[in-house]
Amino acid sequence: MAEDIDDNITKIVVISSDSVLPMDAAMKVYESEDAITIKETCFGTMVNGPRDAVNRVVETLRSMDRNHIFVKERGFKPGAEVRCRAGRGGGPRPGFHFLREEVSMLPMIGRALDEYDAGEPLEEKEVPQKLDVSKLKKIIDSEL
Amino acid sequence: MAKVIIYPTNSLILSDMVERFGHEPLAMMEKIREKITTVGVDSPPLNITPEGPKHGLKYAAVEVPAGVRGRMSIIGPLIDIAEAAIIVGDASISFGCMGCARTNELTKFLIREKDIPVLEIQYPHTEEEGKAFVYNIAEFLKALPTGSDDE
Repeated sequence: MAEDIDDNITKIVVISSDSVLPMDAAMKVYESEDAITIKETCFGTMVNGPRDAVNRVVETLRSMDRNHIFVKERGFKPGAEVRCRAGRGGGPRPGFHFLREEVSMLPMIGRALDEYDAGEPLEEKEVPQKLDVSKLKKIIDSEL
Repeated sequence: MAKVIIYPTNSLILSDMVERFGHEPLAMMEKIREKITTVGVDSPPLNITPEGPKHGLKYAAVEVPAGVRGRMSIIGPLIDIAEAAIIVGDASISFGCMGCARTNELTKFLIREKDIPVLEIQYPHTEEEGKAFVYNIAEFLKALPTGSDDE
């Protein structure tokens, strides 16, 4: 029994794709023959179940739009009482702010991954250097 | 496959990138799962028990607040087994379990002290920075050895 619990993992799948909707991802999970639990959320889905099954399903989801679907593990199961808003009287759940902030960056990261996969070299951008003290001194003197 | 510790330790982007490029992310989430699924008195809702700060003594002195030591009892073992690290600075989003500034400083310090490859980078704000962010992380991860768990 304890082994079963230990082997259960939860993964958050965040969809940031133009071609795949969270609904499509959820349908894909429902099609799976593995005994897993899913929860649809505003940013994607949460998949819970035995490690192998979850990894298999997550890999299938990722392959729908590789560079625009992001996955991370989650400590708590979907609906865990200590995290679920239903039992905490509303408000964002712990960790929501972090996720929301990172989700706002995902379109940019996705495009960058596309370009990296396409083999586009990184353009060396000149970083503005700090002003040299002697130069600053010259500027001050010239104004005098 | 190298064990790569990420900072912020619960980052979606970093955890995904490390996994995407074939390595194992060492993240807070996995440790939390272990903590709350282990059957015992410290099952939810008590994830942090008085034992935590005692374990944290390995990483922070006794006069350091118990909260820092409690957090270090989770993050410290991850740093111990890390083979590489990615530290992303400028994280204005260090909320929730990431929100302890002293723990964050100590975590970064311990990672830098360790003799492992470390990539330090800033969170991107523009498209150009985003490209550089992904490119640098991808190149760093590709350069890491891949066969350490085959030994």
